[in-house]
Amino acid sequence: MEPDITKPDEAEKAEGKSVERDGANREGPQEGNAAAQPVSPVNRPVRRDGTISDHRLSSVSRRELLKLSPLLLLGAFAIPSLQEPLLKKGLGFSDWASGRLFRRGHLAPTFADSEVTPFEKFPINDYDVDDPGVIFENWTLTVGGAVQRPGDYKLDQIKTLARFRQNTRHVCVEGWDVIGRFGGAKLSDFLSMIGADTSARFVTVACADDYYESLDMATALHPQTLLCYEMYDQPLTRKHGAPLRLNIPTKIGYKQAKYLTELKVTNVLEKVGYWEDQGYSEFYGL
Amino acid sequence: MSGSVVEIVRIRGEETEAIGRAAYEHPLVVRLCHWLNAISLFVLVGSGLQIFRAFPSFGAKIPQKDLLNWPKAFAIGGWLGGALQWHLTFMWIYIATGLVYLGYQIFSGNYRQVLFTHRDIPGVWPMVRHYFFFGPKPEVREAYNPLQKHAYTTAIGLGVLSVLTGLAIWKPVQLSWLAWLMGGFHWARLWHFLVMWAILAFVFGHLVMVILHGWNNFVSMLTGWKKDPEY
Repeated sequence: MEPDITKPDEAEKAEGKSVERDGANREGPQEGNAAAQPVSPVNRPVRRDGTISDHRLSSVSRRELLKLSPLLLLGAFAIPSLQEPLLKKGLGFSDWASGRLFRRGHLAPTFADSEVTPFEKFPINDYDVDDPGVIFENWTLTVGGAVQRPGDYKLDQIKTLARFRQNTRHVCVEGWDVIGRFGGAKLSDFLSMIGADTSARFVTVACADDYYESLDMATALHPQTLLCYEMYDQPLTRKHGAPLRLNIPTKIGYKQAKYLTELKVTNVLEKVGYWEDQGYSEFYGL
Repeated sequence: MSGSVVEIVRIRGEETEAIGRAAYEHPLVVRLCHWLNAISLFVLVGSGLQIFRAFPSFGAKIPQKDLLNWPKAFAIGGWLGGALQWHLTFMWIYIATGLVYLGYQIFSGNYRQVLFTHRDIPGVWPMVRHYFFFGPKPEVREAYNPLQKHAYTTAIGLGVLSVLTGLAIWKPVQLSWLAWLMGGFHWARLWHFLVMWAILAFVFGHLVMVILHGWNNFVSMLTGWKKDPEY
C-alpha cells in the first residue's frame, strides 16, 4: 500500500488549486527557500520532506471519510417503503442464482435403508389440516393446460408407470431434516403419458386442502422428481398426503405438496405457491 | 508498508512546527469492505437467529429438544419468511464484500499487514504476557502486533467458513460435495451456527480492543489516517 500516500488523485488535484493560491501568498518572502526545496505540496497529501501539514491532513481525512458515503445507500433498507421491494429483489436474485446452480442430471444424495428416519419420526407438516378427508373411490388427478391428453386420471393409471423407490433427504425451510423412503412414478413419465408440452415453463398442482404449488419444468423433469404414492413401501397414509403427493429431493419441503387433486402445465403463473405468495423463495432448489 | 509514518507540521509563515505523527493505515477498499462487512454481518446474524427460532435445535424434529429460545427482540425479519429475505439478500453483499476484500489484499500486497505467518510466532507470547499477565509492552513496529494478526487472520478464515457452511445449507444437493465435507446438511447447519458464535466472539474482542485503543485508532478505519501511531 505504500504508493497510496504520495499518489495524487483527481480530487486532490482539484483541491490543489486552492492550496496553490494559498501557497502563492506565502511564496513572496521566501523565494530562495522555494528554489532550494522545490516542494509542491499542491497535489500530494505528504510533502517530499515526509511531512504533512495539519490543515492538509484534516482536509484529506475529511475527503477520505466522504468517500465512504456510498455506504449510506444501504440505509435504503431501513426506509419502510423501499425495504420490501429491495428484499424482494434480493430474494429474486437468490432464486435466479438457484436456477443457474440447478443441474438437470445431478442427483440428490441417496441413503442406505439403515440411515432412513423411522416412519413414526417423519414429521407431518401441513398448513391447515392433517387430513382433508379425500374420498379415495372418487379421487382423480385432473390434468389440464398445455397437454395433449387432458382429463381425470385415476391412481391405477399412474401406477401403470414404472415405480421408483428412493431414500432421500427431506429438508424443511424451518431447518429440520429427515431421510425418508419414497416410492412412485417419475413425474417426467407422467408428463409423457399426458402428452405435456415440456417446453412450457411450469407444472402447477392444486391440493385437496387448498394448498397449491408450482415447479419449474427442469425440476419437474428431473429423474428423482416423483408423483409419490408410497412412503416406506406402504401406500401413503392420509396424513402424509394420500393418495398422491410430490416428492422432489432437489427442492425444499414446502414444494412437496400433498393430497394432489389437479396438475397443470403452463407458461404463466397466476400464483406461485401457498408459502411463496407470502414471501418465501419461489424457486428454493436445494 | 503501513510503517510509512509522517510528521504532522503546523505552518505559520516561514515557521514549521512538528505537532505529531500520522500514518495512512487503511486503503479505501479496505475501509469500504470493513463497514460493508460490519453492516451485512449484523443483518446476517440477526436474521440468522430469527431463522434459527423456527427450529431452535440441532437434533431430531421428533422428539424436538430445543437448544435455546432466542428472544425475538434480538432478531431481524420478524418471521421466518422475512428473515430468509434478509438473509438471502445480505449474503450476497457479504460474499461480494469478502471477494473484493480478499482480491484487493492479495493483488495489492496489503495482506502482509494482517496475515499471520510463521514470522509472527515468536512475538505471540510476549504479547500474551503483556495483555493478560501484566508483562512489559513489546515494541510496536507495525500497524498490527502478532496477536492482532492472529485474530484478524482467524476472523477472515471464519468469514470464509461462514460462507461455505451457509452454502452447504442453502444448496445441500447442487453443492452436495460441500455438504458431504461437513457431514451432510444436518451437520452443516450446526457448523454454520458455531462459526457464527466464533465470529461473534471475535467481534466482541475486537470491540473491546477498539475501545481500549482509543479514538485515533477508530478514526483510522474511517479516514485511513491514524494520528500518532505507536510505531
